[in-house]
This record gives sequence, structure tokens and C-alpha cells, in this order.
Amino acid sequence: MSPAMIGLLLDALGETLWMVGISASLAALIGIPMGIVLVATGRHHILENAAINRPLGIVVNATRSTPFIILLVAIIPLTRLIVGTSIGTAAAIVPLTIAATPFVARLAEATLREVDPGLIEAAQAMGAAPWQIVLKVLLPEAWPGIVAGLTITVVSLIGYSAMAGAVGGGGLGDLGIRYGYQRFQPEVMAEVVVLLIILVQGVQSLGDRIARRLNKRLIRQDSGRR
Amino acid sequence: MITVENLEKVFSGPQGDSTALKDVSFTVEKGEIFGVIGRSGAGKSTLVRCINLLERPSAGRVIVDGKEITGLSESQLRCARRSMGMIFQHFNLLSSRTVFGNVAFPLELVGTPKSEIRTRVASLLELVGLTEKAGHYPAQLSGGQKQRIGIARALACQPAVLLCDEATSALDPETTKSILALLKDINTKLGLTIVLITHEMSVVKEICDRVAVLDHGRMVEMGRVFDVFTAPQAEVTRSFVRNIADRSLPKSLIDRLQETQSASGNLIFRIIFTGPAANSPIIAEAVRRYDLLLNILQGNVDYIQGAPYGNLVVEAVGSHQAEQAAIDFIRNNNLRVEILGHVACHDRAVA
Repeated sequence: MSPAMIGLLLDALGETLWMVGISASLAALIGIPMGIVLVATGRHHILENAAINRPLGIVVNATRSTPFIILLVAIIPLTRLIVGTSIGTAAAIVPLTIAATPFVARLAEATLREVDPGLIEAAQAMGAAPWQIVLKVLLPEAWPGIVAGLTITVVSLIGYSAMAGAVGGGGLGDLGIRYGYQRFQPEVMAEVVVLLIILVQGVQSLGDRIARRLNKRLIRQDSGRR
Repeated sequence: MITVENLEKVFSGPQGDSTALKDVSFTVEKGEIFGVIGRSGAGKSTLVRCINLLERPSAGRVIVDGKEITGLSESQLRCARRSMGMIFQHFNLLSSRTVFGNVAFPLELVGTPKSEIRTRVASLLELVGLTEKAGHYPAQLSGGQKQRIGIARALACQPAVLLCDEATSALDPETTKSILALLKDINTKLGLTIVLITHEMSVVKEICDRVAVLDHGRMVEMGRVFDVFTAPQAEVTRSFVRNIADRSLPKSLIDRLQETQSASGNLIFRIIFTGPAANSPIIAEAVRRYDLLLNILQGNVDYIQGAPYGNLVVEAVGSHQAEQAAIDFIRNNNLRVEILGHVACHDRAVA
């Protein structure tokens, strides 16, 4: 591998990490509260409210139904409004975030919904207000699942980011297509794929480890004091 | 301490309305342990949830410590709930928090300063005997230990009332006993009023002062545990009592029992002794006085809240006059006698 090629790969890796990192963080920041709202305003939950729950659910579903490549070009005006340009890595972050947010929201919702209703009831019996139930019961109990969901989100985003090349976003996927496919350099494509495999493996095992660390239900009786 | 008036709870579902509670009224005195017993689906859990309004009654009033709970706003209700601790069948401990964190939880909710939480949790853990488990997670504890933590958590805000929803139903008999002992202990030590929901008569017998029997959402019987236990009125109560004190006769005896007396038959009767009379040797006295032989076929003595309750099935061997005189004597000494029948003499009853 030529030093130039190594430089290209590293640049592309940096762009991918940058795009995925920022969009995943933003998606978590917006998606988790959305998931909380989806659960809490659902039927028989602490803040049951169909007027909020239904429309939010529809928006989430609509966003999730739109193929990413269409979303990418469809929201170009919005992207331009937010980052001032519709081309480049920063411009790719907008559609990536918009695609990942409802994804995170649904995953968070599923995990939050699984929190034992008995725990919510116990907290209510102790006089906990709804916001206290969210912050002190739902979130801490659901963290391991939410972290697992975020891991899935990051892995998906790495895949999505390959399409960001369509708006000049750069990144590994873009590099693979331009050099490997358009310039007939299959070895570049192979290198890109190997790099992506390593990246996804790394993300997955890191996510698993954090989720396991957070899950206090898996501590066995004999493992003693922590 | 707790007054429930004409409580009614109707659940409306897709299959129409179902009435979980109908016209339930009772009063629990301060410092009392009040049991509510019923089969599954009798409405007992709904009843206890109506006391702290986890379940909102369809009609009726609930008054706790002079406050009408059913008339409070959401925020007032949250405040009132802090004076009512609650423990659950499945403990409902937060898996993400340590034992310390779980007991500290209700204190955090009301903004108790950290240093005060530390001392308060330490004393609560000492009360339930789990000081050394403070750093453990619920997953590392046994069922009995989890319930002890549940109790410590329920007591954190120094409530006047403790609601127990099937608190021992997920525990083995041995652990149940120790949890009941702990409840009794805090009832005496802290003067706590306890409402205890269960489907086990043995639990009621062990620690309750009074008991209400719930059947199909209605309260069919209520009274002092000793009275309900020794003289159950409703059919459902009788079956509960039968479950822990089987007083039915062995089949071999029933098969030989006759309504009428044959010439030389022997009388079979049951003597039921309760309270103070059980402590004096009345039966021995009757035997000596009337020259009667008593053959004991079946018997047991139970202690309900420390008061003896015995039941003895005997076959009397003697003259008819002696039998009658002995029975009168026993009755005159405040024991109950139930004539069960006769057996032929040559056909001596064998238990």
C-alpha cells in the first residue's frame, strides 16, 4: 500500500468517525427523550396522552419509512438552512441525524416499555412525581438496553454514511465506491471493507461491554461486593 | 387510622364492565395489624391499591390518618402517599441500584440531605438485619432478603401505615415466618398500623389482630382473628380455615358412623375448647366424675395469636346416663360439644 493510499484511507476513516460520531450523539440526545415521551404518553402509562403520542408516533414512522438515499436528497434545503451548504461532511451529518433519531427513539421506547410496571407502581406508592419516575426509575433501569440500542444505531450509521458520498460527504464508503468501483481498483474496495469490518466489530464489542457493565441484573450471588 | 367507606371499583374493558369491589367498608385502628384474605381474583389487591390510590375507586371514600385520600389533588396525594409505606409480592426493587440505593430512594424523592440519608439508611438496614448487604445489588439477594429491603424502603419516610400486598406469597414457609416476625416486630416497636393482603390463612393466624374475608369483591366476614378462625360464618372462610386445620374425620370412621344409637353402641362426639377453658383439665374431670372411658380418635390444639384452640374427637365407653351427664358437665364448663354419631360396640372405631 502506498503512503498516499494510507493517507486517503486514514482521511476517509476520520470523516466516517466524525460523521457517525456527531450524528449518533445528536440522535441519542434527541432520540432518547423522544423514546421517553413515546412511552410515558402511551396507554396506561404515567403521562398517558394520545394527543401527543399519536402524532409523534406517525412522524417517527414516516421518517423511518423513508429510504436514506431519498431522505438525503429530499432534505437538501433544510441541510442548507442548518449548515449553510448542501455538500461536504458537515452537510451529511444533518440527514444522518434525522435518519438515526427516530431509530434511537423506537429502540429506546422498546427498552423503556420493558421496565417492570411494578417498579413504576412502587415509585408511585412512594409519592414519586412523573419526572422523578423517568429520571430515577425508567432511565436507570433501561440503560443497559438503551446502550445496546445505541450500539445498533452506530453500526447502522456506519452503513448509512457510505451513502453520504452522494452529497460529497466523504468517508470510507465513498472512498470504496470512487476508487474501488469507478477507478477499477478492487484492492482499495477490499481495504475499505476490511477497515469497516474492524470498525463495526470494535463498536459492537465496546457497546456490549458497556451494556453488560451497566446491567446489575446479571450480577450473580457469588460475585460478592462491587 | 384507616377508614374505608362503601368502596366500589369497576374496571371497564372491551368485554364490558367488571366489578372488582362492591360496597366494602371497614376501619383499621391505630397500631393494629389488619388482614384481608381472599382467593385469587377476590379483589384483595385492588382493595389495598385503593387505600393509597394506586387504583382510583369508582365510588366510596378512603380516609387515612384523618385525611380524605379520595379527595386530594395529584400533588397532595403524592405527599399523602409518603405517610403510607407499601411492600409487594415481587419486592419491586430497582435492579440498577444497590441495597443502599434502594432504601435511600424514597428519601431522595423528598430531597433529604445526603448525610441524613446515610444515617437513616444505616439504621433501617440495621432494623431489618441486612447491614452487611448495603453494597449488594438485588440480583445478589435471596427472596427473603429482598423483602427485608422492601420493608426497609417502605419505612424510610417513617410512615404511619404499612400496606402489604401479598408480601409473603413468593416466599417459602420458613422465610415467610421470619418476614412475619419482622412485621410484628416493627408493628410493636414503631406502633405502625399494618394492612396485610394474603391468600394464606396461616399468615393471618400468625400476626393479624383482625381479619376481613373478601369474596367476589364483597366483604363477607370480618372480626377478630380468633373468632373468625374458631367460628367461621361464610363458606369461603370455612374453606380457608379447613385448609390449615383439617377437622374432617377419617373415612374409616365416617363409614361406620350411624345417626341412631344401637343397644350397646358407643357415642362419638367432638369437644371444641377455646380460650381460657382450654387451660383447665375439664375432660379429665368429667371422666373421673362420671366413670366414663374416653377413647381419643382425633385431636389437635392450635394457638391463634397465643390463645389455645383445641378440638378433640372421642368415643365414649360407658352407660348412656354417664355419657349424657359427662356431656352436660363439659358444656357447663364452657366447652362446645358436637355429637357426631354412634358406632356399634363390637365395631370399635379406630382412627
